Amino acid sequence: MSTWFAETFPNVVYQGWGGDTGWGTAIFQTLFMTFWSAIFGGLLGLIFGVGLVVTGPKGITPNKTLFWILDKIVSIFRAVPFVILLAFIAPFTKALVGTQIGINAALVPLSLGVFPFYARQIQVALSEVDSGIVEAAQAVGASFSQIVFGVYIKEGRSEIIRVSTVTLISLIGLTAMAGAIGAGGIGNMAVAYGYNRFANDTTLFATLIVLVMVLIVQVTGDWLARKYNHK
Amino acid sequence: MTAPIISLKDIDVTFTPKGKTIHAVQDVSIDVQKGDIYGIVGYSGAGKSTLVRTVNLLQEPTSGSVTINGETFFSKTNDGAATKIKGKELKEKRRKIGMIFQHFNLLNERTVEENVLFALENNKEKEKIKKEKVAELLELVDLSDRAKQYPSQLSGGQKQRVAIARALANDPEILISDEATSALDPKTTRQILDLLKKLNKQYGLTVLLITHEMEAVKAIADKVAVMQNGRVLEKGSTLDIFTKPQAELTKEFIATATNQDQAIQAITDSETVKNLPAGQTFAELKYTGNSTNEPLITSLYEQFGVVANILYGNIEVLQGTEVGSLLVILSSEKDNLDDALAFLASQNVTVNILKGAQA
Repeated sequence: MSTWFAETFPNVVYQGWGGDTGWGTAIFQTLFMTFWSAIFGGLLGLIFGVGLVVTGPKGITPNKTLFWILDKIVSIFRAVPFVILLAFIAPFTKALVGTQIGINAALVPLSLGVFPFYARQIQVALSEVDSGIVEAAQAVGASFSQIVFGVYIKEGRSEIIRVSTVTLISLIGLTAMAGAIGAGGIGNMAVAYGYNRFANDTTLFATLIVLVMVLIVQVTGDWLARKYNHK
Repeated sequence: MTAPIISLKDIDVTFTPKGKTIHAVQDVSIDVQKGDIYGIVGYSGAGKSTLVRTVNLLQEPTSGSVTINGETFFSKTNDGAATKIKGKELKEKRRKIGMIFQHFNLLNERTVEENVLFALENNKEKEKIKKEKVAELLELVDLSDRAKQYPSQLSGGQKQRVAIARALANDPEILISDEATSALDPKTTRQILDLLKKLNKQYGLTVLLITHEMEAVKAIADKVAVMQNGRVLEKGSTLDIFTKPQAELTKEFIATATNQDQAIQAITDSETVKNLPAGQTFAELKYTGNSTNEPLITSLYEQFGVVANILYGNIEVLQGTEVGSLLVILSSEKDNLDDALAFLASQNVTVNILKGAQA
């Protein structure tokens, strides 16, 4: 088995596990980037998504100006291609984390790249919560936070998990591009050590790893979404 | 007369979607006395739901005033001067006005008891006391054994009973029922209406019953207002509205509730009535309460020699009063008939001559 593997994937073996160019390091980098930008971008997206729903025309506190501002911010960030965003916000990144290259620097554009996508998804998910349920909550005198957390988020839980799964998968895709600013990761492995060196086996192996990651996220997401749906 | 518990005065609600002006409610004034079951009937789009949403200010009126229990919730004159309760105060007041809906609007991701508990989240009592309250409410609506189930596991009638328990959680004095039985089958409808009646009788709960089914009004309401195109066409005690309807729409609604229309149509189309001989009169006799104690038909024959052939009869009991309707063919001499009609009028019997003499 190991001989077969070494013969078929020589470049994969050459990269090794640890060290700056190893698989373990690359996998860790991808997971690190995905995790932290999911936290930061996710929170930002959740705040914007909830904001869009509550200030929207059918929301519990309609506010045309605030809705317009949130809506435009989300639209503009969504319109910028991620690779361009990476370069474009470099000065901001430097001001925020002190450097514009490396894995920590990548978290800034990744978070900003994923949040508008997530905000829109959250907006759609929460809009599907029956307005009658919201009205019933208002009728029993529920407060703003009770309606946001106890009704919108709790009732939309299953749908939120579903869109989070989609977002997380697209985020894994974005981390592959973060190699462009020296953040490493599986994507960088596939391009820098695979494609650029004509080491097709490395590219293939990197692809397989990403596929496995996506699959795990998808299966877990689907399972959780089912578990938390009592409709 | 004591002050009404709900007093809506000159309520206007206007929507302006995309520049078009829609008058959802126009110039409506309604007073509801404590302990009443007040029905508001009308077809969809009549403005009933919009109107009742002004009671707990889920819908703010464009102008008019809303006074609940003597307290001004909202008041705005046409020149724009407005007072209204808002924020925390509004939320506290809303807790004293329960509301149930056509589609139940239960929280799907919470169990039956959690749904009721949701209404008590702002209650400062200890968890244990709240739990007891929830158990009591579920007992009241006869759903104690379903406490741990999710709404999706319940039937329509059970869901509505959970909604009622939730609406009653903060011991409201008023319950707004917005088409609460419209999605239910006749038997379940009856159970829910009986439950509302029971709550009304036992706890003096004032019920605002919005419906398009006159049956529901007939079953439990003391008073009723009929709405069309945002306006109240007529209002009064259920008995008065049923026995002396003025507006065409009201008559239409009553006909649907009693099936009388079909009976009259079938009889009017029958050979006997079609080939009505001279000297015979086809008429509808309507009477309420006391009149039913008099042997009317016998009197007609004994005193006036008028023979009444009964083709159809119906007696309803509304608010404890009997309401009767007879379709008869009267045969007699002309003079005798006039005397007989005068006698009937003196007995508070309304006569509609449908065919024959004088018609």
